[in-house]
Amino acid sequence: MTSTGTIFQRELNAYFLSPIAYVVIAVFMVFSGYFFSVMLGLTQETTLRYSLAYTQFILSILTPVITMRLMAEENKTGTIEPLMTAPVTDFEVVFGKFLAAWALYNVMIAPTAFYIAFLAWVGNPDYGAIIASYIGLILMGGLFVSIGLLVSAVTKNQIVAAVIGIVALLILLVIGLASAGNEGWLYSTLKYIGTYDHWETFTKGIVDTRDVVYYVSFTALLLFIVVRIVESRRWR
Amino acid sequence: MIKVEHLAKRYADVYAVNDISFEVHQGEIVGLLGPNGAGKTTTMRILTCYMPATSGSANVAGYDVFRESINVRKQIGYLPENVPLYPEMRVREYLLFRAKLKKLPSRERKSKIDECIEKCSITEVQNQIIGTLSKGYRQRVGLADTLVHDPKILILDEPTIGLDPNQIRQVRQLIKELGAKHTILLSTHILPEVEMLCERVIIINKGKIVAMDTPTNLAIQLRAGNNLVLEVRGNGEKIKNALTNIKSVKKVVWQDKGEISNFTVEAEKGADVREDVFSNIVKNNGIIREMKQASITLEEIFHQITMREQEVTT
Repeated sequence: MTSTGTIFQRELNAYFLSPIAYVVIAVFMVFSGYFFSVMLGLTQETTLRYSLAYTQFILSILTPVITMRLMAEENKTGTIEPLMTAPVTDFEVVFGKFLAAWALYNVMIAPTAFYIAFLAWVGNPDYGAIIASYIGLILMGGLFVSIGLLVSAVTKNQIVAAVIGIVALLILLVIGLASAGNEGWLYSTLKYIGTYDHWETFTKGIVDTRDVVYYVSFTALLLFIVVRIVESRRWR
Repeated sequence: MIKVEHLAKRYADVYAVNDISFEVHQGEIVGLLGPNGAGKTTTMRILTCYMPATSGSANVAGYDVFRESINVRKQIGYLPENVPLYPEMRVREYLLFRAKLKKLPSRERKSKIDECIEKCSITEVQNQIIGTLSKGYRQRVGLADTLVHDPKILILDEPTIGLDPNQIRQVRQLIKELGAKHTILLSTHILPEVEMLCERVIIINKGKIVAMDTPTNLAIQLRAGNNLVLEVRGNGEKIKNALTNIKSVKKVVWQDKGEISNFTVEAEKGADVREDVFSNIVKNNGIIREMKQASITLEEIFHQITMREQEVTT
């Protein structure tokens, strides 16, 4: 696992050495700030619940932009070759990259803490719900990052990785949204697979084990698949 | 140090490497020579554990490349073709990253990196961003990376490709120096390079080994006979007859240029006819203006071997 730390460090540095980190953080702040102010004005409630619901759309678009380069760039420039011929396991590489992208995701959402300070200034927000929302936001980030990483691992082209990642995340969001309020096994299955339903529970201030299990196990499954994909060059 | 047995690698229906076996002993510099697409890179990728073989086995530094790949990877320094590097990193930072990945203990890192930077003469660019470096420097950064954990074996894939003549000379000099301490397997399609650097050559073509020997032995093997090239002043006719009568001379080609004649004397394998040729010419009042042995270059060997293969297959 020592190499995971080394990879993590390099990847995180690479983000901040390229414009990617600054661009995604800036874009995220513009949109989340817009939704925050609009929803605050509309509802007059000291809560992040409504603005964070919209935030999920922005995150579905920005997270694949964060993850697109992780494997695709290495595949394209060939740096995967020296990397994989160093004494590191495939898992260490994948996990290090995952952690780096997840860390950047968390850095990206960190400035929203300012909104909490603002809410505390204008009123009396429900801190429990806010903490639960952030737990949900971070767990959801892990899932989004692992999906983006998976897409990045199967292509050499970063743009393709970003586009497919965005589409996949939006589908995951939409199937949850569309089946809300509907009955039947199909809808309840879709609702379970979709991210929206699980995420909504957190914004209400509930940290339900079922939702935690959903995010953690889904993320773990995807990372497992990514390791297999990286390994697959061995039997292709 | 490297032992390859009946190695084969198949991509879909095509064999990139087909049943090759060879050995590289400790301290040797061995050249893997072949035209583009012969299977050099594939062989190296298998040896460096980047991809597994379809069949056969390879043993590097006492470890099996498939079952004990992490141990193998600790023992080798691999320079891939075209030297992929992270363009956004600084040279020193990159080497530190690689040293960590290769599990170099933290107290040795600084001194080891300094040593490699000096050895590969990249001191003046050590704080530059890799993306801004010229091809020659990038190549040497790659070499520094292969050395950083002091591996027993260096595997270099086309180490001088894309460099200008001066840089080629520098890199070759460096490889030669490294040969004193490391076992080296390098691939190339540039023949003088092999002649200069390698103690042994493995020529591969279309995934198969077609020849394996020292550069000089290969030349001897392939030489149909010893050829002498002469330029003589004197009576050409007389001298030709005298030369033809020498015991182990097989063939004499005479080119009459008036007062001066050119001869090509082909002797039997292993026979040294130089002294007989000299005395015979002197006896016939000829004056030798030039006499030299025509040695076959590796280039001709390579051409002959790869062409012969083609004749067999077509």
